[in-house]
Amino acid sequence: MLNDISKQKWSFTITPVRLILIAISLAGFALIAYRLITGLGIVTNMNDEWPWGFWIAFDVMCGVALAGGGYATAFLIYVLRIDCLKPVARGAMLTSLIGYLLVAVGLLLDVGQWFNFWRPFVSWGHSSVLFEVFLCITAYTVVQILEFGEIFTERVGKKYHNFFKKIMPALIIIGIMIPTMHQASLGALYLMMDGKLYPLWWSPIIFLFFLMSSFFVGPAMVVVESSLASKAFGHKIETGVLKKLVRIGGWVMLAYLVIKVCDLIARGKIGYLTDGNIESYLFIAEIVIGIIIPLIICFSRLANNRAWLAVFGVLTNLGLIFNRLNVVVTGMARNAGSLYLPAISEVIISLSLVAIGALVYLFVCENFPVLGKETHKYAN
Amino acid sequence: MSKGVLVDLTKCIGCGSCYVACKLYNENKWSDKAPVNGKAAKLADENWTVVKEYNISRDNCNALRFVKKQCFHCEHPSCASACFTSALRKTEEGVIVYRSNLCVGCRYCMVACPFEIPKFEWGKAFPVVTKCMMCYFRVINNEKPSCVSVCPTQVMQYGDRDELLVEAKLRIDSNSAYIKHIYGENEAGGTNWLYLSDVPFAQLGFKTDISDKPAAAYTSRYMSLTPILGAAWGLVLTGIYFINKYRKKNAAEKQMKANDSEGGNNA
Ligand code: SF4
Ligand code: SF4
Repeated sequence: MLNDISKQKWSFTITPVRLILIAISLAGFALIAYRLITGLGIVTNMNDEWPWGFWIAFDVMCGVALAGGGYATAFLIYVLRIDCLKPVARGAMLTSLIGYLLVAVGLLLDVGQWFNFWRPFVSWGHSSVLFEVFLCITAYTVVQILEFGEIFTERVGKKYHNFFKKIMPALIIIGIMIPTMHQASLGALYLMMDGKLYPLWWSPIIFLFFLMSSFFVGPAMVVVESSLASKAFGHKIETGVLKKLVRIGGWVMLAYLVIKVCDLIARGKIGYLTDGNIESYLFIAEIVIGIIIPLIICFSRLANNRAWLAVFGVLTNLGLIFNRLNVVVTGMARNAGSLYLPAISEVIISLSLVAIGALVYLFVCENFPVLGKETHKYAN
Repeated sequence: MSKGVLVDLTKCIGCGSCYVACKLYNENKWSDKAPVNGKAAKLADENWTVVKEYNISRDNCNALRFVKKQCFHCEHPSCASACFTSALRKTEEGVIVYRSNLCVGCRYCMVACPFEIPKFEWGKAFPVVTKCMMCYFRVINNEKPSCVSVCPTQVMQYGDRDELLVEAKLRIDSNSAYIKHIYGENEAGGTNWLYLSDVPFAQLGFKTDISDKPAAAYTSRYMSLTPILGAAWGLVLTGIYFINKYRKKNAAEKQMKANDSEGGNNA
């Protein structure tokens, strides 16, 4: 196996889908250049009432959460040792790595003084949750690049392969610990928005909701990814494995729902649900689409069916995106006193990041033993 | 000892001297987009202070009120505790200062400020945040902030926050025209700029639903707990990792032994 991979030529097949992805990426590059030259005011719809917009909501909040599949599966496979999940390990961890790299790019585009990005390393704002998020995300990206080193050196720089084999267990543990912290901290960023974020979303334990949702979206992401990958590479993961993964996610999801309801009751805010305003509808929609329907699929006999599992995956992902957009955008609207809709160019730039990520994923899968191989062999 | 300013809105005639002084001292340009006075007055990157006009009805007749706006210089500033590079920082004098050379431009401070004070240079390629810094270099030289020093009707009184509070209480107790509330005494955990008014604050664009608990309190508790919880979680992970690893190994060995002995019996 090792040998044929290293003899194989570098390849990148061009298909219509890939051409579209390339086109979106190029459009994105042009807009990114424009943004870097002119600043944020012209390219985006952000303003003083809306200092954070679509990029923070989608590129950063959703990006990091959706990339949570990496740490979630690593936890299940390497720590809890649910061996049958091994076939999904490398794919999930690769998606996660690409996800974080894109988040980094998204963040650099969003901040005003991007060349100053290293400042927090030397000028510590240690009271800031963002400081922790920043350190953790940087550290985790480095850890993930090292983890990928194990795959990479099967083909390039083979003499270092043994080194990567050795450090793998440590990387895996650090690579679960750090994301657990910053997934929660992304939610904790909003602890400060007491009175600004609409009470349906603000909670003194919002960090717990962010952490739990980033965990259960992991299986959902793996399911979606594996159905896409099975189309593109003919690499099929058994339905039984996926079902087991989905069920684990389902339990966390159920706990999330229960805690969410209890939290609303305990804070005396459950009545906001029946206010009939736009926030209440969006909140209910978020819970029904992203939690309740997936839960029904997950714990009924539908879970034996591959197509329904894919539905579970798509809905859970959408629900999570919906939730993060609600926290960053909708939930802040009443306080901002004005409406915010992202500019077309904001959306195109975000989509182009996704497109670039997809292209990189496809390239890596075609050229490195990601999907064919059972697992990070040496992490065991 | 925190320095502060007591603003008595009943005395303001809306002349605008304060924002002129502010523009001159801080070398900020005048912009057409964001007016510094009138009903549409708006804080902006170039406007660190504005005087906003309010039409209110009182005892069945209309009246005008003017509200000077700027950073409140909080006792527990959300902006500073949000800033991950310490570009925003509270000084000994209680002034919240900003150093643009440290700023990354993430705008978390803007999202975090309960009064929406920090503004951003949206029109620039390399934008920074801006806000009132209470003329910090005047304050450390024992001078009043520019705006305070030019006001012809002495709307603003500069001094130690504690003394200003005493003075404010004296004023509202001795004159029934005042609303019995000192805005800034407890809002967001207390601010160094304090306001008195004869018109309910809500009618003058003040946010009246601001919690007395400073938002920074939530995050400081969170931040003091995370390193401990994170480290504990790391240990737990390592523990489970090795336990499961050896359990696995033992199981595999047992399996092998069982296989061996089976093989032996058969032979
Ligand atoms: S009013 Fe806002 S900007 Fe001013 S010190 Fe308080 S939190 Fe910071
Ligand atoms: S925008 Fe600048 S001042 Fe504000 S929190 Fe970010 S780094 Fe700090």
